[in-house]
Amino acid sequence: MNNTISPFWVIVNKEIADHLKSWRFLILLFILLLTCMGSLYSALHGFKTPIKSEDPNNAFFFLKLFTVSDGSLPSFAIFISFLGPLLGIGLGFDLINTEQNKGTLSRLLSQPIHRDCIINAKFLAALSVISILFFALSFLVMGFGLLYIGIPPTASEFWRVVFFDLVSILYVAFWLNLSILFSVCFTQPATSALSSIAIWLFFSIFYPMIIHLVAHATSPSEMATPHEIYHFQEFIMSLLQLSPSELFNEATTTLLMPSVRSLGPLTMQQVQGAIPGPLPLGQSILVAWPQLTGLIAATVICFALSYFLFMRREVRSR
Amino acid sequence: MSDPIIVLNDLTKKYGDYTAVDHVNLTINQGDVFGMLGPNGAGKSTTILMMLGLTEPTSGNVEICGFNSTTHPIDVKRKVGYLPEDVGFYDNITGIENLRYTAQLNGIPTAKANIKIEQLLKRVGLEGQGEKKAGKYSRGMRQRLGLADVLIKDPQIIILDEPTSGIDPAGVVEFINLIHELSEKDGLTILFSSHILDQVQKACQRVVLFNKGQLLAEIDLAEMKEKGEDLSDIYSQYFEEGGKKHE
Ligand SMILES: Nc1ncnc2c1ncn2[C@@H]1O[C@H](COP(=O)(O)OP(=O)(O)OP(=O)(O)O)[C@@H](O)[C@H]1O
Ligand SMILES: [Mg+2]
Repeated sequence: MNNTISPFWVIVNKEIADHLKSWRFLILLFILLLTCMGSLYSALHGFKTPIKSEDPNNAFFFLKLFTVSDGSLPSFAIFISFLGPLLGIGLGFDLINTEQNKGTLSRLLSQPIHRDCIINAKFLAALSVISILFFALSFLVMGFGLLYIGIPPTASEFWRVVFFDLVSILYVAFWLNLSILFSVCFTQPATSALSSIAIWLFFSIFYPMIIHLVAHATSPSEMATPHEIYHFQEFIMSLLQLSPSELFNEATTTLLMPSVRSLGPLTMQQVQGAIPGPLPLGQSILVAWPQLTGLIAATVICFALSYFLFMRREVRSR
Repeated sequence: MSDPIIVLNDLTKKYGDYTAVDHVNLTINQGDVFGMLGPNGAGKSTTILMMLGLTEPTSGNVEICGFNSTTHPIDVKRKVGYLPEDVGFYDNITGIENLRYTAQLNGIPTAKANIKIEQLLKRVGLEGQGEKKAGKYSRGMRQRLGLADVLIKDPQIIILDEPTSGIDPAGVVEFINLIHELSEKDGLTILFSSHILDQVQKACQRVVLFNKGQLLAEIDLAEMKEKGEDLSDIYSQYFEEGGKKHE
């Protein structure tokens, strides 16, 4: 009897097929491929400038493919932090409300499936598409990099790239969930797309500006004690960290630049005697852990909210 | 057979101050073809939504096959096929693929589903149209496809909300014959909501009149005929009274 797939996987399969067949996905893929090429080009170009021998990151030559640029285009990691949200929003903003508007949601919900199953399946489907895309892209970058620079990545570099992919997926998952939340809230797909994009723009453009203003207004005087300066810096850091893209940037910086040992301000005591050397992968992950938890929490909050709104909502046909 | 299969107990739904369904008590027996007749906005669709757990009652409850619709919607939905008013399909895939998706969601193995889909398309008058994209279907064809979609899971009960809207007159006759066939041959319990008196009279055995969220009367059509009365007389009698009350 059990030779049939469970409804959950039926929905996942259909959703993945829908994504892959949609124009929207092709367009996003095209943008990401362009990004990939552009940042790869600018990274390889950046390699031509002589390498400073005292840089502890030099041992991790390969990772620079993802972080270095010649200045003409942003690096891969920065591109992802900017375009990742677009990918998440693009795949999620109409997942629920289009079904409602087409009248398929009420038909779907009159089948013997739990409501949460629908949200979960749609989320998982979009996430799998994103994951495959990211892994493919980063392997593409690695492959081209290998061809051009001829030095294979070390195992540690390879794992760092894999973790970078995982963090990127987590980051996009946040935006995906946010847009799913809006697709539950708003009946018009245009409204939900616009709201998600508004939040994305706010965090990537306006939020840093606001923080800048706040920092300017509250900065301690020149006579301030180191203690005061330390606290001020911590305060600004914690404000910055309310932004998901900042969390992502910090986490990827630690993963892709093994010499980064702390993301917050350091006191002289902490810096004294520290040898500027790379951290092992496990330690880098530990440094980025608070940022990762922050991202996970934000993702879970969006998910829980859409759950809460969707589970008890009245579903009429159209 | 006269086992109650759908039972509404004091069912009420309020939207803010507005009462869409007002303390409705109703029992539908197994094998009945039951009509819900009422003008637009009477609360028919709202009552149906509560039966399927698609919205929560403000008070009261619905029991279908012994399961509470609010607390055990999955068990209810295994037994009930629901055709929403203005049913929608995924436009980018064919009619057959739409039906296959529903079949998969209900755990019907593919081989069996394919056979059923063929049969059902024939039964609802869409033979040879199954390969068309659902987006290219006309309104009436969508409604027919909807009926096939409801029947694919072999339900015990089917709930049809204005199923004839958009179907041409000849189609309506076929449709009513199909309802009789489903009731007699397949032993289904059928709940048929409509505002078209004539169709309800032809299709159903028992009818409830609905207005402003209230159940006005329950009529056995066979008994009514014996008494020599006519449904339209009763209907106008109730609605004129209702009209006077609210003047
Ligand atoms: N979300 C809502 N908020 C407020 N009122 C609502 C809501 N949904 C429905 N109503 C009201 O409830 C009443 C009953 O609506 P319902 O859809 O059940 O009518 P109906 O009998 O199915 O009518 P029709 O024949 O037009 O389909 C209507 O007056 C409608 O305005
Ligand atoms: Mg209605």
